[in-house]
Amino acid sequence: MKYLDEYRDGDVAKKIVGEMRRIQTRPWILMEVCGGQTHSIVKHGLDHLLPEGVELVHGPGCPVCVTPLEMIDKAHAIAQQRNVIFCSFGDMLRVPGSDGDLFTIKSRGGDVRVVYSPLDCLKIARANPAKQVVFFAIGFETTAPANAMLAWRAREEQVKNLSLLVSHVLVPPALEAILSSPDNRVQGFLGPGHVCAVMGYREYDPISARYHVPIVVTGFEPIDILHGTLMTLQQLERGRAVVENQYSRVLGPDGNLPAQTLVRRVFEVGDRKWRGIGTIPMSGFHLRDEFAQHDAEKLFDVAEIATLEPEICISGAILRGIKKPLDCPAFGTLCTPQRPLGATMVSAEGACAAYYAYGRHLKPVALHQIVAAEPANGVAAHG
Amino acid sequence: MCLAIPGKVIETFDQRGMRMAKVQFGGIVREACLEYVPETQVGEYVLVHVGFALSRIDEAEAERTYQALRELDQLTELESPVVEEIGPGGQQQ
Repeated sequence: MKYLDEYRDGDVAKKIVGEMRRIQTRPWILMEVCGGQTHSIVKHGLDHLLPEGVELVHGPGCPVCVTPLEMIDKAHAIAQQRNVIFCSFGDMLRVPGSDGDLFTIKSRGGDVRVVYSPLDCLKIARANPAKQVVFFAIGFETTAPANAMLAWRAREEQVKNLSLLVSHVLVPPALEAILSSPDNRVQGFLGPGHVCAVMGYREYDPISARYHVPIVVTGFEPIDILHGTLMTLQQLERGRAVVENQYSRVLGPDGNLPAQTLVRRVFEVGDRKWRGIGTIPMSGFHLRDEFAQHDAEKLFDVAEIATLEPEICISGAILRGIKKPLDCPAFGTLCTPQRPLGATMVSAEGACAAYYAYGRHLKPVALHQIVAAEPANGVAAHG
Repeated sequence: MCLAIPGKVIETFDQRGMRMAKVQFGGIVREACLEYVPETQVGEYVLVHVGFALSRIDEAEAERTYQALRELDQLTELESPVVEEIGPGGQQQ
């Protein structure tokens, strides 16, 4: 715990928020991109510390959330097959498809296994040469180097009974989709720290310039988020729009070059569907043709699966920063983490699940009123 | 699962031509692939995501980030089962 204080210090937080108050002249709406940031904001109540009129909306950066229902149904269709060992990160097991989740399939006798690293699948495939081992390769740029290495090693080592069901998404095209929407509200972004640890942040420069929005690459600890928010406000108040790095103690502009090299060799960029949002052009990775023999979508006949999302769910608007969880009539009643209706409730990093986990379905307005009514200059507020 | 977890490299080894490490996260030791940060040495701290070291960081940052992740319950992936290398005949290799 000896290093913790600096990024937890209440005095530092007060100073940062005080500086926001000093410079702020009008309301602003910022979006934190990463699900880890959302989780941190809701857990620590950071949104309630901000000056009135500085609003944080929650972005699409939860990989489990945005994995489309069709892809989850495809995964389930493959996992049910008799000769298949289906491997997945633990987070995906509880995400419901149109008919149950991976746990259901496991309980019905399917061989579903949680892996820590994609490389575990190589071991499983070598140990089970008579089975088809399929890995559910989901994620953002942070996970792409790991999944790329699995495909690369499978081909190099000729592990022929191993394939990947790829559903990989990319942050920059999602930001463009949000910004180019006619009902966009977002005026600045807290960029995703660990995504940029892999990819660097140069690819955000053209987005920042084209849409004239500040993008501040930010960590996920409370002081990081407050500091990133202040840096974004400073740009907005000065009329600037550039990419800045709040998280320079962890990452630089270029990211991890060896990782980017392998990712580019294994994957090519193409259109991807995002749960709640729909198809975003050139927003995800697909395996290159050289890896076709390890592409589960090509090996298994699961091409056309039609799915239907509940009409009441507003997760698409939440992921684009247009609405927030408390705007949803189903939040915390019809829709809970145990019975999620849509993208933002299916994973702990989703905005709705975070709101629910920290009790915001219980007294949605009270906390904000308490903070707003906090006496300034020693004068008690009336009412 | 969008966040990487910091840990200390306590051993490096070769696995089928890949540079690997044993990395300590609090009380848990897991394997991580070092192919993307090949210069990493024993004793250094790395940010690891789903079994891959993605960048090197200093000890203070590692400690701070680890505690922050613990508070956010973001360490559960470390508890995923360990997959041992088993030969097709069932023999551990």
